[in-house]
Amino acid sequence: MGIRFILMVNKQGQTRLAQYYEYMNLEERRALEGEIVRKCLARNEQQCSFVEHRTYKIVYRRYASLFFMVGVDNEENELAILEFIHLLVETMDRHFGNVCELDIMFHLEKAHFMLEEMVMNGCIVETSKANILSPIQLMDKASS
Amino acid sequence: MNPFSSGTRLRDMIRAIRASKTAAEERAVVRKECAAIRASISENNNEYRHRDLAKLMFIHMLGYPTHFGQMECLKLIASPGFPEKRIGYLGLMLLLDERQEVLMLVTNSIKQDLNHTNQYIVGLALCALGNISSAEMARDLAPEVERLLQFRDPNIRKKAALCSIRIIKKVPDLAENFINATAVLLKEKHHGVLITGVQLCTDICTISPEALEYFRKKHTDGIVRVLKDVANSPYSPEYDVSGITDPFLQIRLLKLLRVLGDGDTDASDSMNDILAQVATKTETNKNSGNAILYECVGTIMAVEDNGGLRVLAINILGRFLSNRDNNFRYVALNMLMRALAVDSQAVQRHRATILECVKDADASIRKRALELVYVLANESNVQTLTKELTDYLEVSDPEFRGDLSAKICSMVEKFSPDKIWYIDQMLKVLSEAGNYVKDEVWYSLVVVITNAPNLHGYSVRSLYKALQTAGEQETLVRVAVWCIGEYGDMLVNNTGVLDIEEPIMVSESDAVDAVEIAIKGHSLDPSTKAMCLIALLKLSSRFPSSSSRINEIIAQYKGSLVLELQQRAIEFNSIIQNHQNIRSTLVERMPALDEASYSGRKTGSVPAAASTSQGTSLNLPNGVAKATSPPLVDLLDLSADDVSTPNLSGGDPLHDLLGIDLSPASLQSGTNQAQKSGTDVLLDLLSIGTPAAQNSPSMPDMLSPTLDKQNTADVLDILSSPSAPSTQIPSAGSSSTMDLLDSFAPSSSKPDGNGPAFPSIIAFESNTLKVTFNFSKQQGDPQTIVIEAHFSNKSSNVYTDFIFQAAVPKFLQLHLEPASSNTLPASGNESITQKLRVTNSQHGKKSLVMRVRIGYKVNNKDVLEQGQISNFPHGL
Repeated sequence: MGIRFILMVNKQGQTRLAQYYEYMNLEERRALEGEIVRKCLARNEQQCSFVEHRTYKIVYRRYASLFFMVGVDNEENELAILEFIHLLVETMDRHFGNVCELDIMFHLEKAHFMLEEMVMNGCIVETSKANILSPIQLMDKASS
Repeated sequence: MNPFSSGTRLRDMIRAIRASKTAAEERAVVRKECAAIRASISENNNEYRHRDLAKLMFIHMLGYPTHFGQMECLKLIASPGFPEKRIGYLGLMLLLDERQEVLMLVTNSIKQDLNHTNQYIVGLALCALGNISSAEMARDLAPEVERLLQFRDPNIRKKAALCSIRIIKKVPDLAENFINATAVLLKEKHHGVLITGVQLCTDICTISPEALEYFRKKHTDGIVRVLKDVANSPYSPEYDVSGITDPFLQIRLLKLLRVLGDGDTDASDSMNDILAQVATKTETNKNSGNAILYECVGTIMAVEDNGGLRVLAINILGRFLSNRDNNFRYVALNMLMRALAVDSQAVQRHRATILECVKDADASIRKRALELVYVLANESNVQTLTKELTDYLEVSDPEFRGDLSAKICSMVEKFSPDKIWYIDQMLKVLSEAGNYVKDEVWYSLVVVITNAPNLHGYSVRSLYKALQTAGEQETLVRVAVWCIGEYGDMLVNNTGVLDIEEPIMVSESDAVDAVEIAIKGHSLDPSTKAMCLIALLKLSSRFPSSSSRINEIIAQYKGSLVLELQQRAIEFNSIIQNHQNIRSTLVERMPALDEASYSGRKTGSVPAAASTSQGTSLNLPNGVAKATSPPLVDLLDLSADDVSTPNLSGGDPLHDLLGIDLSPASLQSGTNQAQKSGTDVLLDLLSIGTPAAQNSPSMPDMLSPTLDKQNTADVLDILSSPSAPSTQIPSAGSSSTMDLLDSFAPSSSKPDGNGPAFPSIIAFESNTLKVTFNFSKQQGDPQTIVIEAHFSNKSSNVYTDFIFQAAVPKFLQLHLEPASSNTLPASGNESITQKLRVTNSQHGKKSLVMRVRIGYKVNNKDVLEQGQISNFPHGL
């Protein structure tokens, strides 16, 4: 299992989406998120996109005001995770049209549905944007 | 209504939360919402169920407890509609976890949904199972998942594949059942199924040796072909990532090849061509291409040796290392670490570049590089590496110095060619980063010095010089002071001068000055000062002419508020003044410390905690007792003869020593406030304590025959403890005296004749907690007893959410006042007090009895202690 958790955090450090693939209780989560966010937000553009924290490696990437952070174990290919973050953002872009923090906040469940189509139990399920989005679009159609 | 539009209320809630300016406001909004959701849940309103859950998900993300919504997830999952199930499963995955019993309840719903005619519902159930399945669920539902691996829709097959990974990880014996189905998945064309199938195959191979053997023999070629096809495939828009077709799939395939090739020459041979092709042909302009290259290098390093490929791989890493993009440099350092095990010579070639990375501005890169440099070090390059690193130590970030100095020290220790070089390097590190190094570092330096008799003089002179320039580095001060104490005569007489040394002239008073400056340093901690006191005692014997000056310095600490210092000062002062005849024997040079007990950790990378307790006392954590203990033992032995009290037990001479200076005169001469109040306490204790002792059988130290001695010793504790709460309290007796102090101090300020006095009791005591009760009564109201309960923590953990509860029989009325705090600091540093008012309607007929229950959290774990109190004083 490669991916341990995925976080989306705005530049004020507020969590906008959190998906964990291993069990952690609320207090641990809050503490972990706080520590990671402090570490990542303190880094500048030139520094590399990887931060080691506890037993995790955090791969993060910033898009406008939103940080995407993925916690992985030591075996994972860091560069591939960066590429994965980009794929996630592109997928959200395709659905929301230039995704922003508010889209994710107000459509939290949709963001989760997309993630669900992309990652299961910490492994990548699908890398085609069309395949990821088709069940979600179907749902939209059915409910409208 | 539309179940997927979030509903206005969810939006309203998010707006309200966003509009909150403070955390308190946010909490208030969340509390209100949670209340509304609970209400809605209890009304069992289907309309709002999904919306409630959506809100709960948001609240959960913010980090608030949402357990009460768990049953709602189950209800939604059990409902027939897809949209309800959708949100129900999402809620299940977010709000629940495999540890909760609720999961048992959901197994049946999942089973039904896995067999549903609607494939989207099947997909939902698979996804949930793959994310949260427990071992029991895995066992129950494995047959369904196996069947779904052959489902007609690829979107189901891919999810079933990942679900299988979860199942075989939870229940490894099931792995074999999945081998055949996995082999079929590897022949798929659909990328989603292929990538998940490859991951499943990798996991099966790591779990089951038979499966590994099977896939190695039968499928290596097939997997190589798949990789070849993907790598050579023409542009396909759906899977293209900046000019590369599905890098994610390629990376997964390379990972699988790594597992198959590791330890098997045939399999490795059959993948050589494709690895060479990927390593040479992959586009390197973009991140996606480099991600594949990086994975490919990892695979080349792991599979069986092929010289040509390895060179290729190391060259790729070399290119990464010189790239301007920090991400590539980081992964290169990461991979070189693994390459080192395979081909250390090739990695050594990049040593200079790696060393540069240690000085990078980026903390992540520095850390990786430092670890790499550390493993690169060997006998032949340790000198150059150490020089580079110590030079960098001067200019490095303060937060990096701890790690850096630890690694330098460890390297030096492991590979130093001789002791003098070792001592020199350690001295440099301590002078630059003495405040950052761990205790083990300077302990072992001391060990090495004591074991090098020919370098004693050199060491003490070098340390003396270093002390002049870097007197603010705590650990340097410790080692220097220790050596000056031990080898002060060599410093002054220039004994054993080496050719390489520059001669220095140090007079006896210079040496004493050095220690005096150290002990008067404001920034140094008490254990360093304690070491200074020992050094001074030793110097007083080495330099008889400075003895009186030294005695003056020591005497200044007789009034120290730190118990440790005060005790030492008093003892040493007495040794210098009254025991000239034994002093020189007492302060003889320390014998060489046992190097063997330290050698164990030379194999480890980082100095292990010095925890061996045999041999030297050097291992004591505070470093204070280190130098003292042997002389102290001597002291006790000798004085037992000397003071002509042959039947004294080991501890008593100590009391004697203390007793010497504990005359009222010396106490009163101190201008210190704490001492003054201490004297009062002494009087208090003596006057009040005596009657108390008659009444109370539960006060062991008051009743003990050595009452006077105990008290004096304890009073000493009390004198020092207010200012230094962290000093250990030596005996249980003294802590109960502390409680006496607590209780009598306030009562002495009340007017006299305030009702009869009752002795305090220890109401409850366990290994972790002690509760004492102090009693008072208002005059004219004999029925009402005011109990002041003091809780103190005997463990080294902080207790939080501390709650004290008490219950009494009907004839008593109990009123509990709020406690002073709900947090109880560790080690009895502070206590919580709480007042209880008990009215005894049967006063004089029945005596008090009470049951207590104390609950608190240690490290977030709930602890409950309870007991009955029946040792209330008579007549209360």
